[in-house]
Amino acid sequence: MGLPVVMPVIVAVFGIVAVYGRSGLLNFLLQPTGISMSFELYGLTGILLAHTFFNLPLAVRLLLPAWDQITNENWRTASTLGMSSTQLFRFIEWPALSTFLPGVIVVVFLLCFTSFAVVLTLGGGPAATTIEVAIYQALRFEFDPAQAAVLALAQLLLCAGTALLLIRWMRVLTQTSGRKSDSRARPDTGARAGKLFDFGVIGLCGLFVFTPVAALVISGLQGPVAAVLLDTDLWQAAARSLGIALMATSLAGIIALGIATTARFLVLERRQKNAKEGLLLAGSLTLAFPPMVIGTGFFLISLHLKAVDTLTLLMIAVVNALMVLPYILRSIAPVLIDSGQQYQKLCAQLGLSGWHRFRQVDWPMIRKPAAFSLALGGALSFGDMGVAALFDTTGHITLPVMLYQRMSAYRFDEAAVTALALVLMCVALFWILDRSLSR
Amino acid sequence: MNFLKIDGVRFRQGEWQLEVDLEAKRGGCIALIGPSGAGKSTLLSLIAGFEQPNQGTIFVGEERIDTQAPARRPVTMMFQENNLFNHLTLYQNIALGCHPGLKLTEEDRELIETAMAATRLGALQSRKPADVSGGERQRAALARCLCQRRPLLLLDEPFTGLDPQLRVEMHELVDELRKTHALTVIIVSHLPHEVARIADSLAFMLGGKILKAGPADAMLSHPENPELAQYLRFTSAG
Repeated sequence: MGLPVVMPVIVAVFGIVAVYGRSGLLNFLLQPTGISMSFELYGLTGILLAHTFFNLPLAVRLLLPAWDQITNENWRTASTLGMSSTQLFRFIEWPALSTFLPGVIVVVFLLCFTSFAVVLTLGGGPAATTIEVAIYQALRFEFDPAQAAVLALAQLLLCAGTALLLIRWMRVLTQTSGRKSDSRARPDTGARAGKLFDFGVIGLCGLFVFTPVAALVISGLQGPVAAVLLDTDLWQAAARSLGIALMATSLAGIIALGIATTARFLVLERRQKNAKEGLLLAGSLTLAFPPMVIGTGFFLISLHLKAVDTLTLLMIAVVNALMVLPYILRSIAPVLIDSGQQYQKLCAQLGLSGWHRFRQVDWPMIRKPAAFSLALGGALSFGDMGVAALFDTTGHITLPVMLYQRMSAYRFDEAAVTALALVLMCVALFWILDRSLSR
Repeated sequence: MNFLKIDGVRFRQGEWQLEVDLEAKRGGCIALIGPSGAGKSTLLSLIAGFEQPNQGTIFVGEERIDTQAPARRPVTMMFQENNLFNHLTLYQNIALGCHPGLKLTEEDRELIETAMAATRLGALQSRKPADVSGGERQRAALARCLCQRRPLLLLDEPFTGLDPQLRVEMHELVDELRKTHALTVIIVSHLPHEVARIADSLAFMLGGKILKAGPADAMLSHPENPELAQYLRFTSAG
């Protein structure tokens, strides 16, 4: 279920088209019955479908800590009170969920609000376009930097306004207690109706997520695998994507560590809880500022400096770093602050500070969550098409942009193999980073 | 000559205020007793440097320490919990007392071995805190205090969670280490009769002040102060 989180947007779009498109898997399976799916994928339907595909697993991940807030004692008390499943939900689960739900909705809303690649590929025309896509079109097709700047500014103001309105709900997601509850302690785990319901819901969600992935693998393996893989352009693009991903991840990791340790200092040494929360929130605000807007800013600066060619990779890496920063920050900041609360006095007394403290205390504690989030950031950055699409005229094509170009040119056989290669590389990069850093 | 001299120390926290003057001889042991909120742990935090006094001075020997960072003070402290890093082995935890980067010299290694032997931890060096008992964890923390080679040891109810027999053993171990290493000890306890076995003197705190201080035996057998008498009645009943 976690695959869509690391799957490049452009690849997922390919998989969704392969399942729900006119000549997709769904219509193929329905052929013997004489029924045909008549909806138009290109437009609002496709955009909605793709965003659900991406955000469903993400929302589940973000909501999971809500259950960790429920203590084993709560479950045991409910058990002694003889609560039914409905009562468990009403009195125990819903109060925990309701503190997280608004934050999750806000994050998903912001991700959809600032979405670019899905709208570009599945928008199908002006009826379903966004400011992001308009910025892209202004720069790439009309080469009108002035119009792009105005649009970017408008989007920035709109996003800042939205973020200000929604800020109080985003705050909840930056606060986790690190407590873990044992779900086996809940009293209704043996109920047959509940099991059937869970099985049905998880099965349907699994099917929804799994079919585009399966379609992608099948069409990839049926394509001209050898020809695509022997093409040096593909490996050059992959190397470029890898360089960007590693640069972006390192940069985001360093910024996240800086923000998290400063937040810890503010709350534990200065006792400024509000300043700490403000700082953590600022680190998460890049969720609300679309990469396309930041990328446009960088593009205009480099245009002014006449250095688009030389700065391309660096600019893409910086934008991607800002894009993945909230995920990394969210995973390491609570652990660092918890460790500070636990060991602050001991570290002060033993003179553990700076590098020694990081090496002996902080890194062992954040290693696993940091490895996971850095790996996730690396995979997301590797597969991101958003800002890279702005710069592809300079010849610095990344792998996702190459895939988009092949799809746009209706070279679907090659695109299928490229998509499969891209997703496999993303998964491999995620696995390697996670394994090597968490060791 | 007094080894520790706390002179006119004032510390405010909102409406609450601590006002303390206290002196301790080298190699002595003072037990701070009193109800919760009396200011016992705050006083230790002021000596250790985790809190800064608003007024007054703290001297250890000839050295004024209240302006120094915690790691530079000739003081080491044991807390009720979180004395050890859970992800490090007992040996590594103890070795941190020698060098914060665990870069150990041959002399450091010998010191660690001696400290582990003194606290009877020899066979447990590669274990992690979660894999040993509460008493063994506190003994490891004591061993690290020895490795820090600091003359003033502050104990903030470190043995509260242990069973009575183990508590007695730990108090005896502290007493033994105090004598062999010439340590000056200040211990916070809610069990005055138990801690009096190792303490030369008791200081009874209430509302941020030391109401009564004196030799342990006399304080327990003839508590002239009515608040102290009442406190002792409650603690001996508990």
